[in-house]
Amino acid sequence: MPWSEAMIKSQTKLPASDPSKGRVLNYTAALNEALTLALELDPNIFVLGQGVDDSSGMFGVTKGLPDKFDSQRVFDTPLSEDGMMGVCVGAAMNGMRPVYLHNRPDFLLLTFNQLVNHASKMHWMDSGQTSVPMVVWAAIGRGWGSGSQHSQAIQSLLMPVPGLKIVMPSTPYDAKGLMLAAIADNNPVLIFEHRWLMKQQGEVPEGIYYVPIGKGVYRRRGDDVTVVGTSHILTLALEAVDGLGDQGITADVIDLRTLKPLDENIIFESLSKTGRLLVIDTGWQMSGVCAEIACLAAEKAFHSLKAPIRRIGLPDLPTPAGFTLEQFYYPNAKNISAVIQKMCQ
Amino acid sequence: MIRFHYQGQGYYNIDLSTYEQAFLHNLYYAMLRIRRIEEEIERRYCEDEMKTPIHLVIGQEATSVGSCAALKTDDRIYATHRTHGNYLAKGGDLKAMISELYCRANGCVASRGGSMHLLDKKAGMDGSSAIVGGIIPIATGSALAAQLQSSDCITGVFFGDGATEEGALWESLNFAALKKLPVIYFCENNFYSVCSPLKNREPAGTRIDKKADAFGVNAEQVDATNVIKVYEATLRAILRINSGAGPAFLECIAYRWRGHSGAGDDSHTGYRDPKEVLHWETVCPVATFYNALIDQGLLHENQARRMEEMINAEIKEAFAYAINSPNPVYEDLNKFAYSD
Ligand SMILES: Cc1ncc(C[n+]2csc(CCOP(=O)(O)OP(=O)(O)O)c2C)c(N)n1
Repeated sequence: MPWSEAMIKSQTKLPASDPSKGRVLNYTAALNEALTLALELDPNIFVLGQGVDDSSGMFGVTKGLPDKFDSQRVFDTPLSEDGMMGVCVGAAMNGMRPVYLHNRPDFLLLTFNQLVNHASKMHWMDSGQTSVPMVVWAAIGRGWGSGSQHSQAIQSLLMPVPGLKIVMPSTPYDAKGLMLAAIADNNPVLIFEHRWLMKQQGEVPEGIYYVPIGKGVYRRRGDDVTVVGTSHILTLALEAVDGLGDQGITADVIDLRTLKPLDENIIFESLSKTGRLLVIDTGWQMSGVCAEIACLAAEKAFHSLKAPIRRIGLPDLPTPAGFTLEQFYYPNAKNISAVIQKMCQ
Repeated sequence: MIRFHYQGQGYYNIDLSTYEQAFLHNLYYAMLRIRRIEEEIERRYCEDEMKTPIHLVIGQEATSVGSCAALKTDDRIYATHRTHGNYLAKGGDLKAMISELYCRANGCVASRGGSMHLLDKKAGMDGSSAIVGGIIPIATGSALAAQLQSSDCITGVFFGDGATEEGALWESLNFAALKKLPVIYFCENNFYSVCSPLKNREPAGTRIDKKADAFGVNAEQVDATNVIKVYEATLRAILRINSGAGPAFLECIAYRWRGHSGAGDDSHTGYRDPKEVLHWETVCPVATFYNALIDQGLLHENQARRMEEMINAEIKEAFAYAINSPNPVYEDLNKFAYSD
C-alpha cells in the first residue's frame, strides 16, 4: 500500500459492522457500482478522465470498467482539461451523457472557461433549446504533502454560477445514489468527493436508486445547536457532537449532500428548534459556502436565532504541504467541539 | 512488449577528449550525485518520515545535468512536479531540499511546498508547479521580463510529454516565438503520464519536436540518456537565443525507471512491460557516460570511487541535518499571506 493510502486508511473510522443493516460496501466500490449500472443502463453514457483505464482506476472508482465496457465508453484522455471539458459539453449538447473524472478539483481550475462560460449557461442562453447533461467528478485531496495545488476544495468558487449543480456526498450510500442522480440529471452536475472518505464503509443497496439532488438529511438529532455541512468535515462534526453528550449538549447535524440547489428548509426547520447555527465547510471560510448559508439564515430565519451564527472553514491561506503546518491549517473535531460549547454557554 | 525502444547511438563516434577533463568529471559527478540522492530518498521513503509525494528522476538525470551545465548560475530555470534533478543540477542546496522532503522549518520553502515545489533562487532554480503545464507560461513571462530588462538571462523550463497536451504550452510557444523570447523549453519525454502511454493521449506517429517547430520555435529531438548530446543541444539553443533568433524547444528523450510517484518500479501493475524498464536500464545515462569516459581514458576508476565516497558523505550529512532539523511552528503558517 502506498504510504499516502495508508495514511488515509488510518484516518478512517470504520463503523462497527451491523449485520441487520444490509449489504456493506466501501465508498469507492459504491461509486464503481453506480458507474457500472449507469453504463449498462444507457448507451449514451460514457466515462472519461486521466487514468480511468489504468490499474488503480481513479482510486478504484473506475476499476474493472475497461474490461466490462467498450473502450469507446471508458477512456483515458490527454492532459487537456479545458479542451476536454468543452468536448464533453459538445457531446452532451448532442445526445451523449459524459461523466468526466478528475483526480483533483485543482485541475478543474483549468476548465473554468468551459464550465462557467459555456456548460453552465448554454441551456439558458439558447432559451432552453439544448441541454448539457454531464457529470464532472473530482476528489478533494488532503495530507501527505498534497499542498497548495493538490488539496483545494473549490466548491465556493463555483457555487454562485447559475446553471451548475454541486454535489458533495459523505457516505457510500449517498455517493452511489447521488452519482446515479447526477448522471440522470439534464444539467451539468459537479460532484466533489473527499479522498479521506474513500475508505469508509456503509450500507449500500444493490441496483439503481437515486438520492435526490437538493435534499439534506439529519445525521444526528438534538436540541441545542444546528450544525450544517457536507462531505469530510461532517465526519469531524459528528465526532465533536458525539463527544459533547456528556456535557448535556446535543445537536442537529445536517448533511446537506448538495450545495446547489441548497435545501434551505431543513436548515430553517432545525433552527426553529435550536436557535443556534454553526456552518462548516471543507473549503475556504472567506466568501465561502458557510457565508452563503449564514446569510440565508440571517435573511430568512433571523427570528429563530438566539445567538450569533458561527462558521468553520479553512483560513485565508493556501494549504501548506508539511504535516506540521497542515495540523495548524485544518480544523479538527476539537476545534468544532470548542466552538459548539462556546455557542451553548 | 517493449513499446518504446531506445533510438540513440550512445557515445559511439563522440570524441570526449575535445572537452576538458574537469568538465567531463563535473558532468559525471553531477549525474552520479543525483542518482545516489534519489536512491537514498527512495530507500528511506519507506520509513514514512518524508510525508510528501516524490517523483524520482532515476533514468532521466542527463537532461538536467546536460542542460544546466550550459546555463549560467543567474540563468533561471522552472520545473514541474518532477523537480529533484532540475533543482540539484542547477545547484540547489541539498540540505534545504532534504529538509523540505522531511517537512522541516528550514526546508527550501519552509515546509510549504514539499517535493513538488522545490526552489533555490540563489542557484537560479526559480520555482516549480505541481499543475501540469502551469509553469510553462510563467517561465515564458520570466523570459519576457529578461527581454524587457535587456538582461542576458536565459530561462529554461522543464516539463513532461504530458504537458504537451495542455493548451498553455502552445499558447506560450506562440508568444515566445512572436517576441523572440530568450527561453528554452525542455520537454522531458519519458513516454508516460502516470500510467498512460503516449498512444492513449496523442495520435500515433506524433513528433512533439515537429509540432513545436510548426509554432516557429526552433526544435530538436535529443537523446537524453546522453549528457553530451543534451549539453550540446542546449549550447546551440543558447547561441541562437543570443543571436536574437528566439526561443528553442528540446525534446529530451529518456526513460523514467521508477513509478510515476513514490518508491520503486510499478511496472507490475501492467501499464508497461518490465522488459521495457530493463531495456532502458541498458542505456543508463550514468553508466553509459562512465563507460565512455573509461574507454576513452578520461576517467580513472579510482577517481570515480572517490566521487562515490564524496557523494555518500554529503548525502549522509544532508539527511542527518534534515532529520535533526526543527518542525515549523504555528506562527509560521500565517507568514507571507501577502508581500510587504
Ligand atoms: C493540470 C493537471 N492535470 C493533471 C495532473 C495530475 N498529474 C500530475 S503529474 C501527471 C503526469 C504528467 O506527465 P508528464 O507531463 O509526462 O510528466 P512526467 O510525470 O512523466 O515527468 C499528472 C497527470 C496535474 N498535476 N495537473
